Formats: sequence, structure tokens, C-alpha cells
Amino acid sequence: MDIANLLAQDRVGKLFLMVLALMAIAISALNLLVPDSSAMHLSTFTVTVVGKYLTYALLALAVDLVWGYCGILSLGHGAFFALGGYAMGIYMMRQIGDRGVYGNALLPDFMVFLNWKELPWYWQGFDQFWFASLMVVLVPGILACLFGWLAFRSRVTGVYLSIITQALTYALMLAFFRNEMGFGGNNGLTDFKEILGYNLQKDGTRVTIFLLTALLLGLGYIASRFVVESKMGRVVTAIRDAESRTRFIGYKVEHFKLWVFVFSAVLAGIAGALYVPQVGIINPSEFSPLNSLELVIWVAVGGRGTLYGAVLGAILVNYAKTVFTGILPEVWLFALGGLFVSVTLFMPDGLVGMARKLASVRGLGLKLNQRSKL
Amino acid sequence: MNRVVRFHETIDDTDGIASPQLDTAHGPILYLEDVTVSFDGFRALNVLSLYIDDGELRCIIGPNGAGKTTMMDVITGKTRPDAGTVFFGQTIDLLQMDEPSIAQAGIGRKFQKPSVFEQLNVFENLELAMHTDKRVWSTLFARLKPFEKEGIEEVLEIVGLTGQRQDRAGSLSHGQKQWLEIGMLLMQKPKLLLVDEPVAGMTHQETERTAELLLSLAGKHSVVVVEHDMAFVRSIARKVTVLHEGSVLTEGSMDEVQNHPRVIEVYLGA
Repeated sequence: MDIANLLAQDRVGKLFLMVLALMAIAISALNLLVPDSSAMHLSTFTVTVVGKYLTYALLALAVDLVWGYCGILSLGHGAFFALGGYAMGIYMMRQIGDRGVYGNALLPDFMVFLNWKELPWYWQGFDQFWFASLMVVLVPGILACLFGWLAFRSRVTGVYLSIITQALTYALMLAFFRNEMGFGGNNGLTDFKEILGYNLQKDGTRVTIFLLTALLLGLGYIASRFVVESKMGRVVTAIRDAESRTRFIGYKVEHFKLWVFVFSAVLAGIAGALYVPQVGIINPSEFSPLNSLELVIWVAVGGRGTLYGAVLGAILVNYAKTVFTGILPEVWLFALGGLFVSVTLFMPDGLVGMARKLASVRGLGLKLNQRSKL
Repeated sequence: MNRVVRFHETIDDTDGIASPQLDTAHGPILYLEDVTVSFDGFRALNVLSLYIDDGELRCIIGPNGAGKTTMMDVITGKTRPDAGTVFFGQTIDLLQMDEPSIAQAGIGRKFQKPSVFEQLNVFENLELAMHTDKRVWSTLFARLKPFEKEGIEEVLEIVGLTGQRQDRAGSLSHGQKQWLEIGMLLMQKPKLLLVDEPVAGMTHQETERTAELLLSLAGKHSVVVVEHDMAFVRSIARKVTVLHEGSVLTEGSMDEVQNHPRVIEVYLGA
């Protein structure tokens, strides 16, 4: 299935990709080409905030694949995001070199502070960008593979699986909090200076990372769409709806679940790696169980099992979060909880589901999700 | 009979799809020997021994709790017996295999309750069941080949769902779901079909068509039918096995079985 063919059947997806491309170009232009003095100028801060939302959207895409299509409610996807983030963070720590407070060319400040004499073995190689990029994909991928292999092989499903994914991210959070782990403990990794030699504070660098995020979100969407429109997508839907039946027609359910889980973890890792240079810090709170729960709410609000719904949900909920935590910070968690309850009760298919319902009620014949026709 | 060989009737091991070689040189395609399954002390199968010949159409009857469904579960890998051996042909030990491997080796099962993939359409249900390489990467890049598409069309026609091909399976009537599931079974091109209560909930005409279909399958395939509907069993059965309390009570033609005093006592006459 070539890409043109794939998108021809996905009208909303095509629309999303076009909006994404236009928005990315417009935002970059308004930041770089419009002078600071103009009312039309977009601050670099805004560019970075939008970029952050886009990394969340990529993460939501990953969650939608496993939850919306395969029925695996992972409450620990924040862990894969954070691991991708740490891999990129370690690279950027090593880029600092001797410009740290202690001026040690090899060791990051926190290691000097802890009286460490040499770099731990797992920090080796991260001075190379290609190595760090590989780890962004491999570390979440391998962890998901091990975890998934054990869980799916033992046929752990449903709420039990959700609980152990939550335990996974919680355990990682506690581990990363410890200074002995060598990941900066409580404070995490921060004070980044450069990426690939480009100053992280420069507008050009920020806009480039923003554009790269938009590009990878687009590619992530196309890759996910390819997966769900392939025969594998139908097998995975079959597993979601009738797991044992799928076994009896000859599919090794565990292998399919594992593949989707690992693919999704890799997407989440890439999202994390794009997130860290934009927000400038990664610390153990990214592993917090609450973060992983939030992801699920984004997807539920947007509409699971649609891909673009996940993107929409991630952007809307995070925009709301930015606004609300500005006005009434103490109310946000209640609002989030209320949102989840009301979506579950009144909009089980999320915003996309509601839009579809409205469209079909009006008899517009607007087919939001054109299933693959033969 | 002069007709074109249809997709589901072609069974060959030269299609390049990895599955163990089935050896039926000695006659039987399925051997169950001394199989015992207990659930919390209750013996669902009690030293059951049963042989199904290659190409045979066998009906299995028995009162509720006789172990019919448990027997199917053992054959298809869903339940592991406490004791006994189960062989598919001479060489394939089913107790060493999981459900998907058993399905790919050529044992298809139709469930008592129609279980189709409700969110997928009729065509997609058949596509998923189709006998082909079902490993992960092959599935990701799988494209329907023309002969496979024709195969699905043929099966759609056999099960009378050509007009419903784009309908969601969940929207079908009970009888249509039963037929779709039979269609899925045909798409798997199994050498042995296990069919659990195929005509439950079907109309008279549908039941007759099912009987015709099962009779036409026998010979090339081996078919084991579990059914409560005695009229239906009589209309298709050549050989009937009566299960009672987890083991075989008797075997023979429908008339022999119905006149067997123990059978009358435990089942028919009770």
C-alpha cells in the first residue's frame, strides 16, 4: 500500500497532515521572518509550547495504537516517553562539556557534586548524537519487548495488565529518584547548552526542533495509519474484540500484541526525545503514574481508535491545562478527573465519535472514517 | 460431479505455508487415547479414547456435561489434559502445541456461540480466517492476491453473504453469523473441522443447507459435529459416537445407537 493510496482513504487524516504542515510553516515564519516589534510576531516561547504539544500528540498516537486498536490499556506509557527523554538528555549533558559549574570536561555537574571520579559505563557513547538517537529508540523498545513478552506470554490482560504497567512506571520513577542511579536523581538532567553544536537558546535552533517535531508527528501518523490499515491492523482489532477466537484461527496473539506494544513504545520514546530539548529538563517526575494516566485521558477525550482523535485530544487537553493552571492551578486535577468521568459517561467515543454522530444525524453523509474499500 | 474445484476444497501442503506434515497413512486423522481432564475433582473427560478416520463425517452426541465441549477444547489446545495422548495424524502431537499452531496445522473449529469479529465487516472476517502465512511481519505487509480474493468471493457465495460483504459482522442476524463462522472455517482450509452445534438458532431451510454443506465437505475433509438436534444428526450422520460422563458410551450408526439400551437409559429415553 503506497502512501498516496493510504491517505486517499483517510480524508480526515489528510486534512490533519495539511493543517499540521501549514501550521508548522506559519508558526516558523511568524517567529523568524516577522520582526519582534510587529504585533504579528510569535515569540519563541510560544513556538516551544506548541512544539511541546506536538510531542504530546505523538505520545497520544502511541497510546491510541495500543489502547484504541489493540485493547491494551497501558497506564505506563509515560515511562517509555521519559526513557526516550533521558537518552536525549544524557546526550545534551555530555554536550555541555567543561562549561558546567565545576568545569569538568567529562563529568556532568551532579556527578562531580557526588564525588564520582569517572563516567558510569552506561553514559559511554552518548557523546555521539547517532548513538543517543539509537538509544532513544532501543531503550524504550527493549524494555517494552521484555515487559510485553513476559506479560503477554503469561496472558495477563485487562485491568491486571494496566496495573502492572502502572507499577512499571512507578518503579522506574523511584529508581530514577536515587542519586546512585546516575541520572541526576531528584533534579534530573538540565542546563542543556547545545544540540549538535547548535545553541539551544537560539531562535533558529528552537524553530528547527519545532519543525522536526511536526515532521516526526506527521511521519508517526502515517506509519501508524499504515499499521492500522494493514491486515495486521485488522488482526489487532480482532484481538481487542475476541482474543481467544483470534488464536483459534491461527494467529499468535502474543506476537501481535508484543509487536504493537514495542512499536508504540518506540514512538513514545521518540516523542520524549523531542520533548526534552524543547522544555530543557527531564526529571523523574516524568515517570509519575499520574502522567501516564493523563495520556489515557487525552486519548479518551479525542476519541480512541481513530489516531487523529488522539492528536486532537492531546492538544486540546494540554491547551486547557496551560490555560487552567494559569488561572486556577489548584482546580486543574479536579477538572481533569471531571473531564474523564464525563467523557466516559457521555462521550464514550470522544470528540471524534461525537462529530461522527452529529454528521450522521444531519445526514450529511460525511464519512469521517473511510474504511478501506476493496 | 463436474464442477470447478473451489478454494476451500483445495488442500495441499505445497503452498509454502509452514505447517507440520500430516500423516494419515494408517487411516485415522485424529487419535485421542486415555484422555482425562478434571476440574476441581470433577472428571469432565474420563479416560476417553476416540479415533476419527481421514475423510470421515462423525457426529458426537451426549447429554449435557458429557464432555463434548471439553473434548473440543483439548483437541484445539484450549485445555491441557491431565493424562492421555492426542495426535493429529501419526506424527503431530497436539499436546505440545498452542492454539494458533494447532489451527495452522489444519484443525478448524466452529464455536457453539457464534463468535465472529463484530467490528470488522464480513469480507474482513473471511480475510482474517484465510489460510495463509499468519506470522507478524507477513501479516503487516500482506496484500490480497487475486486467487485469494476469488477464494473469499467463492466462500461468500457458499455461505450466502455476498450481498452483506461490506456489512459489519455485528449487524448480522444470528443465522447469518453462524454462516459467516462456517465461512471462516472454510477459509482456513482445515483438514479436520470441529463443528459445535452448527444449526442452533437456524431456520429449517438454513439447517438443511448446513446439512448439505457438511455432507459435501466430508471426504476431502474430516468433520466432527457436536449437535443436540437429533433430526439434524440423523440427516447427516454415518457414524455416531455417544459420550456419557466423559467417556465413549457407544459408537455406531444412528439406528444402532438409538436402540442401544444404555443410550436409551441415559439419554434418549430418560
